[in-house]
Amino acid sequence: MSILTILFYAIALLILAATAMAVTRRNMVHAVLYLVLSFFGTAMLFYLLGAPFLAALEIIIYAGAIMVLFLFMIMMLRLKKPPGMFFPAAQLLPAVLISAGFLVVSTALMGRTSAGWDAMAAAQADPTAFGIYLFQNHWLAVEIASMLLLVALVGAYLLGLRARRTTADPEEAS
Amino acid sequence: MLGGLLLAASYLVWLERKLLARLQIRLGPNRCGIFGLLQPIADAVKLLTKEDIVPDAADGVIFRVAPAVVAMTAMLMFAVVPLGPEVRLFGRPVPMVISDLNVGLLYVFALSSLGVYGVALGGWAANSKFALLGGIRGAAQMISYELSLGLSLVPVVMLAGSFSLTAIVDAQAKVPFIVLQPISFVIFMLSAMAESKRIPFDLPEAESELGAGFHMEYSGMRFGLFFLGEYVHIQVLGALTAVFFLGGWHGPWLPPIVWLLIKIFIVAVIMIWIRGTLPRLRYDQLMALGWKVLIPVALVNIVLTGMFIQF
Repeated sequence: MSILTILFYAIALLILAATAMAVTRRNMVHAVLYLVLSFFGTAMLFYLLGAPFLAALEIIIYAGAIMVLFLFMIMMLRLKKPPGMFFPAAQLLPAVLISAGFLVVSTALMGRTSAGWDAMAAAQADPTAFGIYLFQNHWLAVEIASMLLLVALVGAYLLGLRARRTTADPEEAS
Repeated sequence: MLGGLLLAASYLVWLERKLLARLQIRLGPNRCGIFGLLQPIADAVKLLTKEDIVPDAADGVIFRVAPAVVAMTAMLMFAVVPLGPEVRLFGRPVPMVISDLNVGLLYVFALSSLGVYGVALGGWAANSKFALLGGIRGAAQMISYELSLGLSLVPVVMLAGSFSLTAIVDAQAKVPFIVLQPISFVIFMLSAMAESKRIPFDLPEAESELGAGFHMEYSGMRFGLFFLGEYVHIQVLGALTAVFFLGGWHGPWLPPIVWLLIKIFIVAVIMIWIRGTLPRLRYDQLMALGWKVLIPVALVNIVLTGMFIQF
């Protein structure tokens, strides 16, 4: 076992532990922090596997931007700890179904022959190589993802617009 | 290097107090040593020996960790700042940078986005109204201005063709980028000042309305760590401004590292000067400036730079 392998498993363990803690914490802020820790672990894994660009993006976008937004929302709303059972049965069932589906799909994917996978060699994954690889081989996926984001953006704008109109209405009526 | 950074941080406090005093027609610290030169050391001793109070209602672990996050992220950013070209020491090449990452610029952003946690959690964990308000303001402000900070540097990366800070400095051997990208420079400086939470962008602290904002409940060295973080941040921003826009270590006659230090010093003095001159912005003005002015201008600037490079 080389030192890299040991590091890999240590980080993987850290990610698993942090994510498990994140799911089971009652205090929302603590949950968010454990999730941040798990994203950190993921970034370290990326770095270990030779993709510093992805590692940096993981920290900037997930740990730095999205989780800060979550934290911001939690702090703004001042959520109280929910009483009663942590996982109500009505929420547990869809969660189990989705995880089962994911398990089936990922097992099927792993069982395929790995001949057609053109993964990049780990050492050459600097930003330039990564960009060229992404936009040459996976341009369709990039386009679909950006389309999805655009739709989400327009949707969010529409929701905000509607809220403003309903608040303005009573003033006009009076 | 770390020691130099910390010493410089404490003397930056002294410099700031002196300069602010001159701007406000006062004398400033003058009791410890000549010109009050020993004042930073007295301050440090005082902060270290004071009692460390954790409020009963506070979230213990997070409350203790938050100041360290602020100070650490600021200090770690310096790891990718190149101090000079490679020198040969005893026949071996020694790079004048701690770590020349090929994603150096992204590393800086990653750390600066993590600095938000220190502010937000410090405000939250104290479990006090004013601290929470300060923390929320801090989080909102830093999220907003990180966008324009990042966008303002995209043209620099486009011109240099690399994320590595060393390569960016090398690209400015003839002309510093402030000549080619004056708009980027202005956006960067404004966003950087907002990121370091200084007047006129010091809404998270706002001592006249929030007590002291997010670090209200802190005492002793934990409070000191917040301030250490802030002043190290000023140096880092000075260094980054020098690297991205002022040509880094390039300059005639003097040795490279002296040029870099001079540039950092000038940026720091200008930031103190602005602090002494301008009043604090209102919250809506702050958000309007960030989202309605800086980000659109930065986007247009990116498109223009792209066209300029292409044709």
